[in-house]
Amino acid sequence: MNSRSNILKKIAENKPASESLPVLRFDDTIHYADKQAQFIKALQNVVAEVLEFYGYAAINTLYKNLQAAGKKIVNTIPEIDDVNNQLPSLSAENLAGVEIAFIKGLVAVAENGAVWVTEEQMQNRLLPFICEHLYLVIERENIVDTMHQAYQKIDTAASGFGVFIAGPSKTADIEQSLVIGAHGPKKTTIIIIN
Amino acid sequence: MEVTLFIPCYIDQLYPNVAVATLELLQKLGCSVSYPLQQTCCGQPLANSGFYSLSNKCNENFINNFSDAGYIVCPSGSCTLHVKEHLQSKTRQSKAEKIKSHIYELSEFITDVLKPKNLTASFPYKVGFLTSCHGQRGLHLSSMSEINEPSFSKPLQLLNEVAGIDLFMPQRVDDCCGFGGTFCVYEEAASVKMGKDRIRDFETNNVDYITGYDVSCLMHLEGILKRNKSRVKTIHIAEILNSGTNG
Amino acid sequence: MGKPVHSILSKNFIADNDRTDWHDETLWMVRKKRDYASSQIPEWETLRQWASQIKAHTLSNLDHYLTVFEKNANANGIQVHWAANAAEHNEIIYGIIKQTGISSMVKSKSMLTEECHLNEYLQDKGLQVTDTDLGEWIIQLRKEHPSHIVLPAIHLKKKDVSDTFHQHIQTEKNNNDPKYLTTAARHHLRNIFIKSKLAITGVNFAIAETGGIVICTNEGNADMGVHGAAVHIACMGIEKIIPETLHLSIFLRLLARSATGQAITTYSSHFTSPRKGQQMHIVIVDNGRTRLLGNNNFRNSLKCIRCAACFNTCPVYRKTGGHSYHSIVAGPIGSILNPNTDIKANADLPFACTLCGSCSNVCPVKIDIHNQLWIWRQQISKEGYAGKTKSLSMKVMAYILSHPNVYRFSGNVFRMTLKYFPFIVKNKLNPWYRQREMPEAPKKSFRQWYIQKQKSEFKKQHIKKDS
Repeated sequence: MNSRSNILKKIAENKPASESLPVLRFDDTIHYADKQAQFIKALQNVVAEVLEFYGYAAINTLYKNLQAAGKKIVNTIPEIDDVNNQLPSLSAENLAGVEIAFIKGLVAVAENGAVWVTEEQMQNRLLPFICEHLYLVIERENIVDTMHQAYQKIDTAASGFGVFIAGPSKTADIEQSLVIGAHGPKKTTIIIIN
Repeated sequence: MEVTLFIPCYIDQLYPNVAVATLELLQKLGCSVSYPLQQTCCGQPLANSGFYSLSNKCNENFINNFSDAGYIVCPSGSCTLHVKEHLQSKTRQSKAEKIKSHIYELSEFITDVLKPKNLTASFPYKVGFLTSCHGQRGLHLSSMSEINEPSFSKPLQLLNEVAGIDLFMPQRVDDCCGFGGTFCVYEEAASVKMGKDRIRDFETNNVDYITGYDVSCLMHLEGILKRNKSRVKTIHIAEILNSGTNG
Repeated sequence: MGKPVHSILSKNFIADNDRTDWHDETLWMVRKKRDYASSQIPEWETLRQWASQIKAHTLSNLDHYLTVFEKNANANGIQVHWAANAAEHNEIIYGIIKQTGISSMVKSKSMLTEECHLNEYLQDKGLQVTDTDLGEWIIQLRKEHPSHIVLPAIHLKKKDVSDTFHQHIQTEKNNNDPKYLTTAARHHLRNIFIKSKLAITGVNFAIAETGGIVICTNEGNADMGVHGAAVHIACMGIEKIIPETLHLSIFLRLLARSATGQAITTYSSHFTSPRKGQQMHIVIVDNGRTRLLGNNNFRNSLKCIRCAACFNTCPVYRKTGGHSYHSIVAGPIGSILNPNTDIKANADLPFACTLCGSCSNVCPVKIDIHNQLWIWRQQISKEGYAGKTKSLSMKVMAYILSHPNVYRFSGNVFRMTLKYFPFIVKNKLNPWYRQREMPEAPKKSFRQWYIQKQKSEFKKQHIKKDS
């Protein structure tokens, strides 16, 4: 408690006179004529794969094919298949071998290719990171121009955890050479439902 | 137009030709030029070394020399910036303020105040342009590569009017040359490395001259060029603008 | 061994010319990517202005926002701790760890924990800490410090990494392929992630409105660590706070574009409450920051969001390497922050700069970095850390420049010396002359020329009149 009050006291003594917040005119920021086209362009920049489907039936077929190929898949989207209700309590050890995960994104950001996913969608916080190949499903009407519109649309406090994901995990820590697949997925596919 | 010349100390002592060219150029452009005889230095070497506190008397001397001046023109972006940012006086602050608002670097004075219809200079050489930081980022003589702003350059606007000139801009258009005042001696290794890297781009592109609006940066590059027996020479922008037969 | 000095360390760095060129080129490329990314956003300069103002507002109400944050974080089930300094920060963390009985843990990149030397502290207590950011892990294996706050291993070549990995995780000797090396690290660290029950992270942004924190990574290492762990400890400086979630949109648009030229990092993770059954702690640290807050001249440096754009653009940083700055945070921003912690040990850093001003132009929160470095220089000489020789020579220079007669006399002496006794100047003791020729000394100063010319013009006019 002592440090807490000391720090707060020092701040109160040392802080400058109050400065006002800027007036934020988000309407004046960039808007794209074709949000979807820009979103796809941004996804290419972050080395994500893009699929455009009409409705969940097509995803279903893809999912079934992957299953038939013997992949270890975790699905979290009820429209595709049943969802394992044990998923939230699975540990890292349990999830370590997951090859593919299907997760629904709530908002997609055209300027940077990011998709917003919350704990409710991913079911298990580790899932979008520990899987080798992540499929994120996004409905086209949920594509917004920039982060400004994205934050206006989402409520970060409504979930214990939420994340913007832009493509597969990557690193350039060795001589600035880009390597896809650092600690998270080696591949990310965004399925846009038109 | 009445113009008072501020000639920085190292130009006065080591590059009088630059001052002469500045004087003659301004006269050609129709100015009546005077030069206060008791001037020394703007005090920048003290201030940038952390000893601004020692520059009071130097400031007072500057005010003595220039408080009556209308337009003050200086062939150095760096010294001009120093005066604009740091000239002050305990007893004569209003005079200091007047000086600060009336001092111009040479090329901005020509483009912004004199606005001549055309220049008569001719300089039939390949010339690389060195963008010096203080003039660029401090005085905003040209647009800056870091900032999203419309492209412009006051010195290049002038050089583009010189007959026969073949202008070359280095790839890293406004990366620092490494002079940096006393930095060039206290951080000798970094300073020389930066200078060499700047020069490489000019040399591989076969320029005859490197020009700019700051003699200090040019002096640093000249030192390296000469040591390495390069064919590339340095020249101040005033000397180019003042060149040619029809002046 | 004397105390480390930037000018000497950089001389050693530059001695390897090829490596210096590589370092310079690579960081310049990052700077170019930043330029391109920012040019794609028409409102870029407005975003910088907004970000700077939001930070200014927050700093001026910092106590308010910190308490609001604490209240909301507590309500979310997060335990908040306060540390006055590095020692207390480390003790708090050790206290938490001790209670859990966990002995090995993973840590994602946090400059604050570097600043507090947490790794060394915990290792001395017999605990095992694995840095999981690839760059940080590499330098941890090599027992080095980061040379860059975003690209910690940028001073190393792939051959260096290959050698290190060969030694520690038995990768093939001389296989220098970054993909091969990264994959090897992925496999090795994945096993550690899966077993680890405690994760330490930094914080990019703490949001007062929600009591949550945001952590940005490209590798996913923070998330891999935290979501598998039973305990999450996040460490933040008091300046990491921002008022509202909506403000995040501005900072996240600026951060990655400024740092690496990416439009956004791969992961921008928002932690609002611990996972069911998980413990989450946030340690809020002062460690000299409140002192900076009270200093008009340097307060703005607390706006820093650690993007390192100032590193990448700084010509001195690019050509001298991060380790030449002999401190945890190198580069221009480090040269402001470090003298605040220890002015004597870091008195050289504000001078490792040409005042070119590029840093201030790239800064996404518009910190006037180069001006602050100029002010530090004044402060350093005022407090007597400029060195005796320099102080004396400056006094002499001040005397010369304030007396026009003395100035002219000295000028003449200097030019004549250069002309007739060049060996006095042209020797190895003169750092200008070591790699540069002296300018050629003219016979006359401009002033002398000017007076002579005026005289002859005066004469000419009189001769004309007489004839």
